Amino acid sequence: MTADQTTRHTTATHRSLCTLPIALLLVLALPVLTACGEPPWNNPNPLVQDDLQTYQSMMAPAPPKHLDPALSYATDESLFIMQIYEPPMDYHFLKRPYELIPGALASAPEVTFLDADGQPVEESDPAVAFTRYTLRLREDLHFQPHPAFALDDAGQPLYLFDNVADGARFKQIPDFPVTGARPVHANDYAYAIRRLADPKNASPMLGFMSQYIVGMKAFSEQVAGLPRDSWLNLDDIPMDGLEVVDERTLNITIKGLYPQFVYWLAMPFFSPIAPEVDRFYHNPGFADRNLTLDWWPVGSGPFMMVKNDPNSEIVLERNPNYRADYFPTEGAPGDLEAGNLADAGKRLPLIDRAVFRLEKSGLSLWTKFMQGYYDRSGEVHSNTTGVFDQAFVVRPDGVEMSSELADHRITMSPDVKPGLYYYGFNMRDPVVGGYTEEKRKLRQALQIAFQTEEYLNVFYKGNGIAAHNLIPPGIPGNLEGEAGMNPYVYDWVDGEPRRKSLDYARQLLAEAGYPNGRDASTGEPLKIFIDVQSQAIDNTSMNWIDRVFAEIGVQVEFRPADFNRTREKLLTGNTQIFSHGWLADYPDPENFLFLLYGPESPLECDCDGANNSNYASEEYDALFRQMRVLPPGPERDALVAQMVELYRRDAVWLYAFYPKEIYLNNSWVYNNKRHGISKSTLKYTRVDEAEREKMQALWNQPITWPLYAALLLFVSLLLPGIVAYRRRQNATIRHAISRHTLSRHIGG
Amino acid sequence: MLAYIIRRLFYAIPILIGVNLLTFLLFFVVNSPDDMAVSQLGQKYVTPEGIQAWKRKNGYDLPLFFNPEAPGSDALTETIFFTKSVRLFAFDFGRSESGRDITTDVSTRMWPSLAVALPTFVVGIWVNICVALMVVMFHATRLDRWAVFVFVALMSISYLFYIIGGQYLVAKTWKLVPISGFHGEIQPWKFLLLPVLVGVIAGIGAGARWYCTLFLEEANQDYVRTARAKGASEIRILFRHILPNALIPILTGVVVVIPSLFMGGLLIESFFGIPGLGSYMLDAINAQDFAIVRAMVFIGSILYIVGLILTDISYTWADPRLRLS
Repeated sequence: MTADQTTRHTTATHRSLCTLPIALLLVLALPVLTACGEPPWNNPNPLVQDDLQTYQSMMAPAPPKHLDPALSYATDESLFIMQIYEPPMDYHFLKRPYELIPGALASAPEVTFLDADGQPVEESDPAVAFTRYTLRLREDLHFQPHPAFALDDAGQPLYLFDNVADGARFKQIPDFPVTGARPVHANDYAYAIRRLADPKNASPMLGFMSQYIVGMKAFSEQVAGLPRDSWLNLDDIPMDGLEVVDERTLNITIKGLYPQFVYWLAMPFFSPIAPEVDRFYHNPGFADRNLTLDWWPVGSGPFMMVKNDPNSEIVLERNPNYRADYFPTEGAPGDLEAGNLADAGKRLPLIDRAVFRLEKSGLSLWTKFMQGYYDRSGEVHSNTTGVFDQAFVVRPDGVEMSSELADHRITMSPDVKPGLYYYGFNMRDPVVGGYTEEKRKLRQALQIAFQTEEYLNVFYKGNGIAAHNLIPPGIPGNLEGEAGMNPYVYDWVDGEPRRKSLDYARQLLAEAGYPNGRDASTGEPLKIFIDVQSQAIDNTSMNWIDRVFAEIGVQVEFRPADFNRTREKLLTGNTQIFSHGWLADYPDPENFLFLLYGPESPLECDCDGANNSNYASEEYDALFRQMRVLPPGPERDALVAQMVELYRRDAVWLYAFYPKEIYLNNSWVYNNKRHGISKSTLKYTRVDEAEREKMQALWNQPITWPLYAALLLFVSLLLPGIVAYRRRQNATIRHAISRHTLSRHIGG
Repeated sequence: MLAYIIRRLFYAIPILIGVNLLTFLLFFVVNSPDDMAVSQLGQKYVTPEGIQAWKRKNGYDLPLFFNPEAPGSDALTETIFFTKSVRLFAFDFGRSESGRDITTDVSTRMWPSLAVALPTFVVGIWVNICVALMVVMFHATRLDRWAVFVFVALMSISYLFYIIGGQYLVAKTWKLVPISGFHGEIQPWKFLLLPVLVGVIAGIGAGARWYCTLFLEEANQDYVRTARAKGASEIRILFRHILPNALIPILTGVVVVIPSLFMGGLLIESFFGIPGLGSYMLDAINAQDFAIVRAMVFIGSILYIVGLILTDISYTWADPRLRLS
């Protein structure tokens, strides 16, 4: 290589070194500066050019695991299932207390009581052996368009394949060019119940419902013994408790009296499943491409699924075959004034499309909501990140919003969930359990010491209500005011409940045999053990609990463990105090009172029973058995009150609270009233897209100076380097010596 | 070389069996099939019959490692370990506990992972090498000392800080890009800019420092002095002489991770809502989905082994003196 070539090469290499980082920066910056087009640049939602009114929402923090109504038993899954399917019963959107109304039925189920011979008898007749529910369907029910209903010219199903290769070209449901539909028949509801009983589906309801629906267990055992190489038409196997009278009438017979069964008819488990849909999804090779009923639901509800990418987004669109359904014209007191009846009488659903995007991070979710890219702050769980908590403060007289929220004209929908969280005593524990007066006093002393109100204010920002009762608000049996107060822990003072004093707690403790928190007989300090799930409690909470019990001289030791170990302790009764929670399946006091029903104790039933306190009171159990079969009314209310009194007297739980959540709505979303039980409320939601677009543009003007600043900084860092390099590269000995001499001369 | 590769592939079999066994042991130390059933069935009204039905449906109704009721060799084959493991070696990953086909999910989710990991990897290496060479060029000057300080500072900051800080500044405050999400069809680069930028910046400290060390070791060699004495420019010395000679340790660290790029990053995918394999793995662990965890560990092991073989092969390319036999 000649000197000239070397120089050229060096210069070229030099240029490449200098220009590459700049090019990198430009590569990163230019798209933002140029190719993004019109602001906003940070819009995470693809621009869709159509006239469909779209609701923008999220699934957080994980996508649904099951969308098959026979398998699903989770709230975040109901968010989808209940928009796509229509069970026989539904809940009134606005009325409180919660009111059950016919959904797919023309009228409420007709109930007939039968004796052992199947002859009708009166409800009060002790000979009642069965209850028959007669379900009459509406005439205008139709399934959504779906390839499972597509027929060829001969009237045979179009998409039934003999082998994997024939159907291999269909990767997703939208790939099928032809769809069909048909009316919903009573048999579709019967088929759904048969699917619950099919052991192959492993439905979470199989064990529970088998106790009630006549013939379900025998059906399940019979099906278990059949070969399952291909699709099995469950219609071919009879179930004693199911009778399809005609295309629109179905009889379901259950054992004995179980008035709460009607609530189960509002749950997804009883949604109609067309046998041809089940058959369609049993095509060879379909399951290997996730073409299953679990991922592509087919229903008759207001929406249908058009895209299911659980890794990214789920899209629902209006079901064109949905029945005539209208926004209610009456609601609860205050609804009219709150504007909740503004759409009264309008045809449902009020939107055409709903997009649910996967959102795992709380910060991202909150940011997108505040940027206007999500219409609401949450769907089935309110956002509980630190960022969200800073957005407002809950005070006794209401919620105070931050200025940012107020500027965005965000509205709030508080939601007291029909559920509770509690720390329960194990009533079989030798220290805190038992039913003697001393043991009751010990537990009551601990209850008084645990300042629930302060705990909620400190750790839940006031988002919870201290429970005086094991039945939450909105459900019969929960009383307001002094009548609803727990007199063992509170006094009624100045028109409100006030927790009894710590002195009184100490006195109770002394009467229980622990003066100053020490065992009177041994002198040992009283130490209680609390089992908690590791992720459900932090050190600050533990320190707080430590402190409140230290006030009465009681020591606390926490035993954190993961969910599985905690569950194991509950199953074996190897716990003293444990944390737990319960969310209602239906708005009936029975759904909460059974949490203390003796046979529900895991140690009694040898199962995951709900009575984790192992509370055993013959009086309570007798009242429960009476109450559970009574229709709503004063007689039932009286029994419920007696049971609540036993719960308070025996001080079964250390503390309990009703969780309260706050959902935020952007100003362009309407009909935001929360329903604690039903999730089939998307059809009532309305959005003003023009307003949303305007606000998104207003709130998301990009700030570009950091880009220029970064570029400037980069160049300013690079330039001295280049200059230094060039100087070094071009330096000659003579030049270096002359500079050296010059500097010495000046210095000298 | 072919014989060498075949031999290495055979070595991989016991490694994979061992990894699979270890995954099994670790998972079932903290979970039992009953726990998995309860987790999948929703925790309410769960009856022993329901648990049994779930276990039967999903193949967890057998003993874990040894079936005393089965005759002969069936005592080992009619177990959860054998039935679940043997299919892995045929690359049949089966279904997740929630019923989805794992192969379909993996093949769908590897592309978003790659879309983030590949540019982060390539740009990251390139930036790190450039920065390292620049610092080497100014070795033992004030700039060098400052660079060390900055590198150590960058290394000391948690990766989470880069992610959250990047999201807060670039996406939330300056509103330049979406804070999270991913759309394969519509402007995917818009969603990749920030995670790639964060990944590159977070890696500069450790990466550039590591390369600096390698380059400095070479910079003091005789051949460098000779090249300089012959009048080669600093740039030429760095890129033509030092870089090729420092390639062996670079390749050791770099090539091995190339196949694993498909696996994505746990943190970056979770925070930026990238539907890749990193978040797939994390979700599976949270959901106690053993089928996915097992499949992902298996795939990860294979990719790592492939990476090691590729590394060995790359040595022969970087250093002609090396021969695989």
